[in-house]
Amino acid sequence: MAEATGSTLLNEQPAASAGPHSKVGAVLVAGGGVSGIQASLDLAAMGFKVYLVEESPSIGGRMAQLDKTFPTNDCSMCILSPKLIDCARNPNIEIITRARVDEVRGQAGNFTAVLLKKPRFVNAEKCTGCGICQEKCPWKADSEFDCGLGKRKAIYTPFSQAVPNVPVIDPERCAYFLKGTCRACEKFCERGAIDFSQTEEKVEVQVGAIILAPGYEPFDAAKKPEYGYGRYRNVLTGLQFERILSAAGPTGGEVVRPSDGRPARKIAWIQCVGSRDAAHGRNYCSAVCCMYAAKHVTMAREHDEGVQATVFHNDVRSYGKGFEQYYRQVSHMPGVRYIRSIVSTIKELPGTQGLLIRYWGEDNKAHEEEFDLVVLSVGMEPGPGSLELAEKLGVEVDANGFCRTSPSSPVSTSRPGIFVAGVFAGPADIPQSVTMASGAASLAAQLLADARGGLTTTKEYPPEKDVSGERPRIGVFICRCGTNIGRVVDVPSLADYARTLPNVVHAEENLFTCSIDTSRRIIEAIEQQGINRVVVAACTPRTHEPLFRDTIRQAGLNPTLFEMANIREQCSWVHMHEQEVATRKAAELVSMAVARARLGRQALHFSLPVNRSALVLGGGMAGMTAALSLAEQGFPVHIAEKSDQLGGIANRLRYSLDGEDVSAQVKALVARVESHPLITVHRNAEVREARGHVGNFSTVIAGRGDGQERNIEHGVIIVASGANEGQPSGYPYGADERVLTLLELEDEIASGGAHLARARNVVFIQCAGSRSDDRPYCSRTCCRQTVKLALRLKELNPEIDVHVFYRDMMTYGLSEESYRLARERGVRFHRYRPEAPPQASVDAGSQALLVTGEDCDLGRVAEVKADILALAAPTIPNEDNARLSSMLKVPLDSDGFFLEAHMKLRPVDFPRDGVFLCGLAHGPKSLDEALAQAQAAASRAASVLAQEALEALGTVAEVQRRKCTGCGLCQAVCPFDAITIDEEAKVAVVNGVVCKGCGACAAACWPGAIDILGMSNEQVLAAITAL
Amino acid sequence: MEEKHAQSVEEKPAQWEPRIVAFLCNWCSYAGADLAGTSRLQYPPNTRTIRVPCAGRVNPLFIIRALMHGADGVLVSGCHPGDCHYLEGNYLARRRFALLKSLLEYLGIEEGRVQFAWVSASEGGKFAQVVTEVTESVRKLGPAQRLVRAREQEVAS
Repeated sequence: MAEATGSTLLNEQPAASAGPHSKVGAVLVAGGGVSGIQASLDLAAMGFKVYLVEESPSIGGRMAQLDKTFPTNDCSMCILSPKLIDCARNPNIEIITRARVDEVRGQAGNFTAVLLKKPRFVNAEKCTGCGICQEKCPWKADSEFDCGLGKRKAIYTPFSQAVPNVPVIDPERCAYFLKGTCRACEKFCERGAIDFSQTEEKVEVQVGAIILAPGYEPFDAAKKPEYGYGRYRNVLTGLQFERILSAAGPTGGEVVRPSDGRPARKIAWIQCVGSRDAAHGRNYCSAVCCMYAAKHVTMAREHDEGVQATVFHNDVRSYGKGFEQYYRQVSHMPGVRYIRSIVSTIKELPGTQGLLIRYWGEDNKAHEEEFDLVVLSVGMEPGPGSLELAEKLGVEVDANGFCRTSPSSPVSTSRPGIFVAGVFAGPADIPQSVTMASGAASLAAQLLADARGGLTTTKEYPPEKDVSGERPRIGVFICRCGTNIGRVVDVPSLADYARTLPNVVHAEENLFTCSIDTSRRIIEAIEQQGINRVVVAACTPRTHEPLFRDTIRQAGLNPTLFEMANIREQCSWVHMHEQEVATRKAAELVSMAVARARLGRQALHFSLPVNRSALVLGGGMAGMTAALSLAEQGFPVHIAEKSDQLGGIANRLRYSLDGEDVSAQVKALVARVESHPLITVHRNAEVREARGHVGNFSTVIAGRGDGQERNIEHGVIIVASGANEGQPSGYPYGADERVLTLLELEDEIASGGAHLARARNVVFIQCAGSRSDDRPYCSRTCCRQTVKLALRLKELNPEIDVHVFYRDMMTYGLSEESYRLARERGVRFHRYRPEAPPQASVDAGSQALLVTGEDCDLGRVAEVKADILALAAPTIPNEDNARLSSMLKVPLDSDGFFLEAHMKLRPVDFPRDGVFLCGLAHGPKSLDEALAQAQAAASRAASVLAQEALEALGTVAEVQRRKCTGCGLCQAVCPFDAITIDEEAKVAVVNGVVCKGCGACAAACWPGAIDILGMSNEQVLAAITAL
Repeated sequence: MEEKHAQSVEEKPAQWEPRIVAFLCNWCSYAGADLAGTSRLQYPPNTRTIRVPCAGRVNPLFIIRALMHGADGVLVSGCHPGDCHYLEGNYLARRRFALLKSLLEYLGIEEGRVQFAWVSASEGGKFAQVVTEVTESVRKLGPAQRLVRAREQEVAS
């Protein structure tokens, strides 16, 4: 635990004495939400000391309050909490809670930041997080974490996985502070950790760069009195509904009405509350509400299948990766209605406290309908703290209060050395926030490259115990995961059962086995009870095994002496209605894990040297940006570009939505890349072969013209291979020269083409090949691009008539402003339904190009004679993706784009170590988003390259020389050439560095002479027998 | 199952239920099974998963041993052809199982008890479907007693 305790400690830094102009290898991250957390973890991995400053008592931010996340329905806390723990455990991240930045002096590379740190009134060094103080405290207050729906005590930890897990006293609620009596917490605290004498402290830290990630505040729904929020108890905000859904929330995950605790069966969602709302000065779209409402509907129906859900919406903005499919699925669920309408008023019915919604229907009639519960999908806005922070730091904000950035530099603020991530840079979802965070970390690392490693320390583990001669003593820890597991599996009897298994000396259940206090309990149990094998029955080992392995390592056990039983993803969540059977299955899974653990053996640690250079596949804007970022950090980079030109698809863009000159931006970047001494560009280059593993890849690229092959040795790969504009279908594209794609029109406008000079009517048709059954995704950029081009056309010729046929305008986030402007300037928008797309035909006589389509909002048909018809063609994956995917062993999604390791929290990583992803190869996105992503990929790649050697655990093949006949079968099946045969001794020899532990050899060896440590034949057979 | 089970866990269903051992490769099928979980897809509770690094890790002996110890069916699921994290482990597995199939036939194990599938990390729905189908086909075949009896006879003699 790295909680700062005093100012003297933080001031004594070697860099501070090295003079004001030398760079400091430390970074201050202001804001401990998921953005700040990601930036901190990346920076620490890249060799920088981090001060993570958070105003509330715990890090975690808004994401900690969410129940699930879209579009994967992952449990939010489950995926976040390992990151919280990683931060807490990282020796180079110092978490400073209850603090805010008060002043910053100095300049980029060397800042002095003054922090004001509020007292916690609990001594973090002494507190064990036992919770007795909270139990005994007689004073209650509304819980901020539960958005006022639940209560907390005057001394409290905001949530059970809080980091640091140390309670805080709220002096405004505490009787001692108010009346001078009580002190119950002090009386009961056995550790004497309560300290009423603490006062506010000033702390100074010396840092080279600052990242602002202060997050957002939800829109105050009381500002729209017509919806009755604050007056009617059954009108909730989206964030409050998250707490209702949460198993750890105020209703234990039951979807009930706050007024009477009765099940809410008929629920309405109202979209755009405090977003796209000029009357309230919010001209932007909050970017996440459409999807979170779809998620709420899914989850409400999961809790109670009988829930009738109605979503009153404007455009449905399903623009992100996987969003359209998610929305389609939700909108087709039985009992779910999506009604395009703006709700005028909500009235509470006396007696039942039902809510009467009055709305204007799609049939152009007024309707009234009663609901049990109404959820307002409130938008996001910068909080007062963020604005104050920006002012104190001299960082510019825009009219809405969001931090001012530019499309070419999406994570830089107006002040050099200060960067921004998360919603403070504009409304964004979690993956985009995480991406920005990694991107900001990369820019900070670039700035401070000379100081890397100057202030960091390495993590120390206690010496490992040799348990090879000991009888197995197994500890079993069973997670309830709130109610995720506990609601289905009978956890107490599972623990009883585990105690009966041979060699099990300890079994216990935990509310969350991944929480810090349970980790501490595991370590204690290992030490006190001489446990030498640990089994955790919880969620999937794919996300949590590394965390638990680290825990047992802290107790001096080798990480291989650990096994997991997946009783959540593969049990409680898939057998939700069969509690008995699920419990029996869980018992067998535990029994199998215990059987494997019993035979567990410790593996050797060894280290692999890292080739500290990178290969970037693709020389578009994303590839070049990532390459430059790495090169600026001092790592040599090869760029392999398949065409003869750098710049990629951006060569076809002329200017951005904000009017920036994209051509100039491309030119400037190409010049920087070409002149950089550490970057080698290979044009016309195609990847032929890729071998190796993280830290040591060996890739063969070949010239497309001459076929000349070249071998490149490198430590990481960044896939930035781009995407294409597809051919629009269903319109006379190609047959009539007046029909263009958006990119072609952009070129036409920029080059002042002949078509344009004559054009009086320009028609745009959106979704010409996207959001269809064949291509069930939104191409994300077309609506913004259409608005950009429409505005440009109006600017060039105010007399021109511009018509846009659309389904849902996807001008998410701050680009909503441009959409509003386009409407103001007279661009005419006609909404059509997906089942009735507009038609284009050429009149046989006049040769006029006629576009006919419905306008649902006006309830009539629009017919326009088009001089130019611009089609929003889909963004389609590269044809080469399948080949690259199989060569690099990284997956594609069902649309053919590359699939990241985790949609929410690992947006630029692949499951395969050392391979990263950015730009259009990942999916459709705008240039600024691609640039942020490229910087993020560089950050993730640099966290590998910053290390001289990677530490690995020897869970690889081993040969029992006595049994081996040297037949060579293992050598023949090994895909990595890791095995050679010693012809003299007639035995197989394994190269432990090259071996990946796949086990092909072990499955082929008939005498059983070669086996995998940690996954031995014996262990698998024991698991089978334990059934 | 001996007497080791604690009380509430011990109660066995009155009716016979197929018991299926599923070997899932870590990178594709296991991830697909996790996705079925996060998507809350419901499928029959008859499988007991053993996570392996690669389908190519599955020694034919594992399958035989599972049948000897009371499994009524075995599912081996790996990455789609070409997707193997270890380059070609799934091909290796496929060739190995083609051979094993004829051996199983010789031993009198009905076709359908041991099945091979490709499920990727993004195919939660397919995973649920595969498990449902395998469970149903094994249910139709009834309990697998052949190798269990063989083992018992061996133990007895």
